[in-house]
Amino acid sequence: MPRKEIGLESTIDYLSILDTKGKPDKDLEPRIGKELLLDMHRAMVRARRFDEHQLRWQRQGRLGTFAPVIGQEASQIGTVAVLDDQDWMVPAYRQSAAALWRGTPLAGLLLYNAGYNEGGEIPEGQNDLPIAIPVASQIPHAVGIGYALKQEGSGHLAMTYFGDGATSEGDFHEAMNFAGVFNTPTIFVCENNQYAISVPREKQTRAGTLAQKAIAYGIPGIQVDGNDILAVYSAASEAAERARKGDGPTLIECVTYRMAVHTTADDPGKYRTQKEEEQWQKKDPIERFRKYLTARKLLNKKKIESLEEELEKEVKSAWDEAEQRMAELDRHPEVMFDHLYGEMPAYLGTQRKAMTDEDDDANG
Amino acid sequence: MAQNKVTTLQAINTALHEAMAQDDSILVFGEDVADPEEGGVNGATRGLSTEFGESRVRSTPISEQAIIGAAIGSAMAGMRPVAEIMLMNFSTVAMDMIVNHAAKLRYMSGGQTAVPLTIRVTTGAGFGTAGQHSDYLEAWFAHTAGLKVVTGSTPAETAGLLKACIFDDDPCIFIENLPAYWQKGEAPEPGQTIPLGKARIAREGSDVTVVTYGPQVAVAEAAAEQLAEEKITVEVVDLRTIQPWDRDTVLNAVAKTGRAVVSHEAVRAFGVGAEISSVIHEELFDQLRAPVQRVGAPSTAVPYSKALESAFVPDADKVVAAIRKTLK
Repeated sequence: MPRKEIGLESTIDYLSILDTKGKPDKDLEPRIGKELLLDMHRAMVRARRFDEHQLRWQRQGRLGTFAPVIGQEASQIGTVAVLDDQDWMVPAYRQSAAALWRGTPLAGLLLYNAGYNEGGEIPEGQNDLPIAIPVASQIPHAVGIGYALKQEGSGHLAMTYFGDGATSEGDFHEAMNFAGVFNTPTIFVCENNQYAISVPREKQTRAGTLAQKAIAYGIPGIQVDGNDILAVYSAASEAAERARKGDGPTLIECVTYRMAVHTTADDPGKYRTQKEEEQWQKKDPIERFRKYLTARKLLNKKKIESLEEELEKEVKSAWDEAEQRMAELDRHPEVMFDHLYGEMPAYLGTQRKAMTDEDDDANG
Repeated sequence: MAQNKVTTLQAINTALHEAMAQDDSILVFGEDVADPEEGGVNGATRGLSTEFGESRVRSTPISEQAIIGAAIGSAMAGMRPVAEIMLMNFSTVAMDMIVNHAAKLRYMSGGQTAVPLTIRVTTGAGFGTAGQHSDYLEAWFAHTAGLKVVTGSTPAETAGLLKACIFDDDPCIFIENLPAYWQKGEAPEPGQTIPLGKARIAREGSDVTVVTYGPQVAVAEAAAEQLAEEKITVEVVDLRTIQPWDRDTVLNAVAKTGRAVVSHEAVRAFGVGAEISSVIHEELFDQLRAPVQRVGAPSTAVPYSKALESAFVPDADKVVAAIRKTLK
């Protein structure tokens, strides 16, 4: 009986196109229209400025705990930009950049982060799921959505996001296995931001890459420089083409870095070194992309300044809108009974009424 | 008139066939459910994949989280999935999906998303399958806002309620009793569904009201039969839907007799009976002639050995004893 090596056919590519100076590898540079390039740049800056404001408001007690996207803008915008309106986006809890790209309003995110479910409402016609808090739990949903899309023969796909830590959850493995067996049009985007709260990537798995986990499920995997939007976009385009053709799922590992906190409830100073943070600072995805766009004469200092001014105004007016909505919602605690069931059961109606009456009494 | 007698298993199978023929968006996911894999370990889904194709009736990998998770995803994208979790105990593996997602997605999306999902689970003592195969977890699910919990007491009831769950727009936990699978009863009327949230009076009586569901309905009827010899007449209410339960029917039936027993096979402590008993006391205290009694299993795991298992499951004698207590 022999003992011999089983030759595995799968390999994992690593893809990087822009260097840290924003200079592209000409052979790999994707053809992206000027308008889309500028839209992607705007979306990255918009998400970052929004989070910077949110962090301040959170420190002032105006918002609750949330997970900032800062540093991961290229991983999200580079992937979500390949979706069309009929495709589905299935987020975890740090995908504000992707959600904003899809059309979620700033005021909605603010409302949500201030603790109001209503802020999670997804605009009509936007095929996104609400954010998912239990780690990795959204991944099987994306497989089921993919299954339904395939069943309808639509040629559309579902894209789901999760972090490096999520790859240790059973949901991730079960979902990847399902997607492989059922050949669903699902793109798994792993934003490897190096830390699961405080646990570093090398303590999460002994595997050399997260992308290679695809091999065990018989599906393609690729590792990309997640701070290089051109690389991310190229990998996502390939995966989308595969899904639309009926060739099934792909795992994309975006190697990136969470430049801010995990959530506003932790302190990265306790588990990361300043030196490490400074090194990643040099790979800032927005800076790199700006250098590239500037070199291509699509962007200049004046254009950047006017964009920054416009975004500053937009974020502030979103806060005013959210604040007004909060005041309205605070007057009606009985809405907590709404939307539990398609039709409200009688006992819930009774509890809802009791709360309304109590409230009326309290308000004289 | 339905003349034929069928087993509960046949009734379930017929209900699934009828529903799938009626609506193309119904999918069946679960371990072993397609015909090449025997059409379900008990045969509940037999014939479905042959008739409706393996893209609609899918044997899955052994992954309860992914079965429920993918079913949730497909439900939100417009399908009406029926997921089979082979045994109710294995639903614990998928509790995150059931409690944090299926139950809450409508709520947390401000009513934008519905999860029209039916989760079929099997459980029940009687075959010596012990504590990891035959637990009764309905109280866990009933305690979770956003879920509906449903169970039938006869083949025809089971078929009608299962179809109602499948066509309902909320996630339903549909509990099937393993020993009842092979019990016979009248065949369901073709096309019949039974509305959720509506209890039925399984037997009329005027002295005591027994509120129960699932396999305990037959036990309560047997108890009623015994007491009829003593001219004690017992009303039996079959809840059908455990959550949201039909308060009006239950409270009217108890108000009529002034005495109540709530009975189930699940462990008595912290069980469904505790909630029903409390509501009866809260609403009908003045009309009660005796405190409400509860019948349920003792506070332990379902035992393995035949003798212990028999002692665990509440029988007609226990229900009779509880009824007598209300008559003192």
